[in-house]
Amino acid sequence: MSKSLFEKVWDAHAVRQLANGQTQLLIGTHLIHEVTSPQAFGMLRDHGLKVQYPHRTFATVDHIVPTNEAVEPYSDPLAQGMIEELRKNCAENDVTFFDTNTGKQGVVHIVGPEQGITQPGTTIACGDSHTATHGAFGAIAFGIGTSQVRDVLATQTIALNELKVRRINVNGDLLPGVYAKDVILHIIRLLGTQGGTGYAYEYAGTTFDNFTMEERMTVCNMSIEGGARVGYVNPDETTFDYLKGRPYSPTGEAWDAAVAEWKSFASDEGCSYDDVVTIDASEIQPTVTWGITPAQGVGIEENIPSIAEGATQSDRDSIAEALEYMQFEGGSAVKGKKIDVAFIGSCTNGRLSDFEEVAKFVEGRKVAAGVQAIIVPGSQVVAKIAEAKGLDKIFVEAGFEWRAAGCSMCLAMNPDKLIGDQLCASSSNRNFKGRQGSPTGRTMLMSPLMVAAAAVTGEVSDAREVFGFAPVGV
Amino acid sequence: MASTPIKQVTGKGVYVPGDDIDTDRIIPARFMKCITFDGLGEYLFYDVRKTESGEDKQHNLNDPRFADASILVSGNNFGCGSSREHAPQSILRAGYNAVIAGSFAEIFFGNSTNLGVVCVIASDADRATIAAAIEADPSIDVTIDVENLKVNFGEQSISCEIKPGARESLLSGNYDPLSELLEGAADVAKTAGALSYMQA
Repeated sequence: MSKSLFEKVWDAHAVRQLANGQTQLLIGTHLIHEVTSPQAFGMLRDHGLKVQYPHRTFATVDHIVPTNEAVEPYSDPLAQGMIEELRKNCAENDVTFFDTNTGKQGVVHIVGPEQGITQPGTTIACGDSHTATHGAFGAIAFGIGTSQVRDVLATQTIALNELKVRRINVNGDLLPGVYAKDVILHIIRLLGTQGGTGYAYEYAGTTFDNFTMEERMTVCNMSIEGGARVGYVNPDETTFDYLKGRPYSPTGEAWDAAVAEWKSFASDEGCSYDDVVTIDASEIQPTVTWGITPAQGVGIEENIPSIAEGATQSDRDSIAEALEYMQFEGGSAVKGKKIDVAFIGSCTNGRLSDFEEVAKFVEGRKVAAGVQAIIVPGSQVVAKIAEAKGLDKIFVEAGFEWRAAGCSMCLAMNPDKLIGDQLCASSSNRNFKGRQGSPTGRTMLMSPLMVAAAAVTGEVSDAREVFGFAPVGV
Repeated sequence: MASTPIKQVTGKGVYVPGDDIDTDRIIPARFMKCITFDGLGEYLFYDVRKTESGEDKQHNLNDPRFADASILVSGNNFGCGSSREHAPQSILRAGYNAVIAGSFAEIFFGNSTNLGVVCVIASDADRATIAAAIEADPSIDVTIDVENLKVNFGEQSISCEIKPGARESLLSGNYDPLSELLEGAADVAKTAGALSYMQA
């Protein structure tokens, strides 16, 4: 019987059925960070348990690391305490830790792939909802809570309900100036923030076939913003080319065997899906969120909806709440909103290709007066390569701050925070109220190049106009 | 670990209106710089309850009439966003042990169930009825009957839903799966042994 990748990986990792009907699922690869693991190690100690498969857990530090402060102790004693706790827990339990002095530290969802730890046909869990990022490699990867981090540490398994699978086909070429970020913002806009609840999303179609691994990661990363705990792309030559030669990738004969095995996990032609959605790539515009959920987005040429446009009372209430919080007029153009801060980075868009694309266009330009613009590499590896290519100099010359690796302003658990009701053009993944550290701070999500366009003009702008792209349709 | 079965939850209710109440709203990330969950209750819905200068806003959660509440009533897609267990931990540690919503985000739902925080789904109309009843009389008892999938309040009763696996776990007291997972160790080793990438 033909099967989807999800079913094949699930079947290969299903240990047994539990009394309540859930599956005990083996988690092959466990990634941890400083925010959601210390309590789990504490629970392990309370129960007198040890880490069962220490060689399958990998740690890094990302959320609380200051990106503008290189030397410990950090000025925030709470952050210092958290990094020390992780160091201690990893040392006591023989867990590999990509610490700040290894040259490998960074945002967990950037470190796993670039080290070759993220592999096709595997199950991956991390106490972080953006774990679906790793699905770009054809892994089944999901975010878990801290009690489940405990479960993985103690048993290498969790209790889980099987998911349904929705295939999302995107076919055709993206228009110039439209990026992977726009693809996922468009999908979430279409299907809503809870459309994916209970589903794994299988992203497919010629657009995904032609995507690089970094583009696939950007899309999979935001699956959870559409309610889907898992998102993946079937592994192909692009996947294998990316993984070849990475530190944790197999070598020699083991490489060939691994590639053969990885290929076997791809969804079978003609397998059945619980749902199929098909999107024409040419419909997708550079997309910007105007509200307080990632589904509240519009194309850059569109207007922000007015309250009356909501189909139901609940929609109208949501629009009203978002407009009030964002201080926007319903029906006004999204273009031209004055920004205070521009942030390029995060597990969604903090990879080398993001920075290369931005550097290509901001060279010789200047950040607008009054705008704070920061660019934060997703890992020390990304930072090193970007610096070797001279990208940091281009950014600094243009008036951006070039920081050290970390989560930075995506979620404000470190010194990078919005102040008051500042408006931030952000390449990150969440525009929730208060997400970027100020209870009244406002976030508009968009692609890195759209953030760069906002940075140089001081307002939400069409990057295609600012940077002289061919006009749409030409 | 096996705990006391949860067949029903009874308490006073409080209504927290809104759809898509995300985990950063439930507890803002800036309060999570901690290595234990102790004390998180203090920051539950912090920015919903407090002004930037730390004064109480006009909100049901600050209203003394609802001070004894232990059951939250809210909107659709409750708990969307982060996987951080800090969200249900702060709910639990602030003295709430159940949430009645239109729907739940999946990770939040799983995290809550593991902690024995009962999450049940009720229709928009039925939740409006509960909200109106507790607004009219905050002292009425709200009982979530996990076994019979009902919410009873005052003289009224509505139907509710809960995922089948979660319902059984609550009723049997095995909502924390750790001991059952530990019992499977030999089977885990067998499954792991068949996967090349799992070998040391």
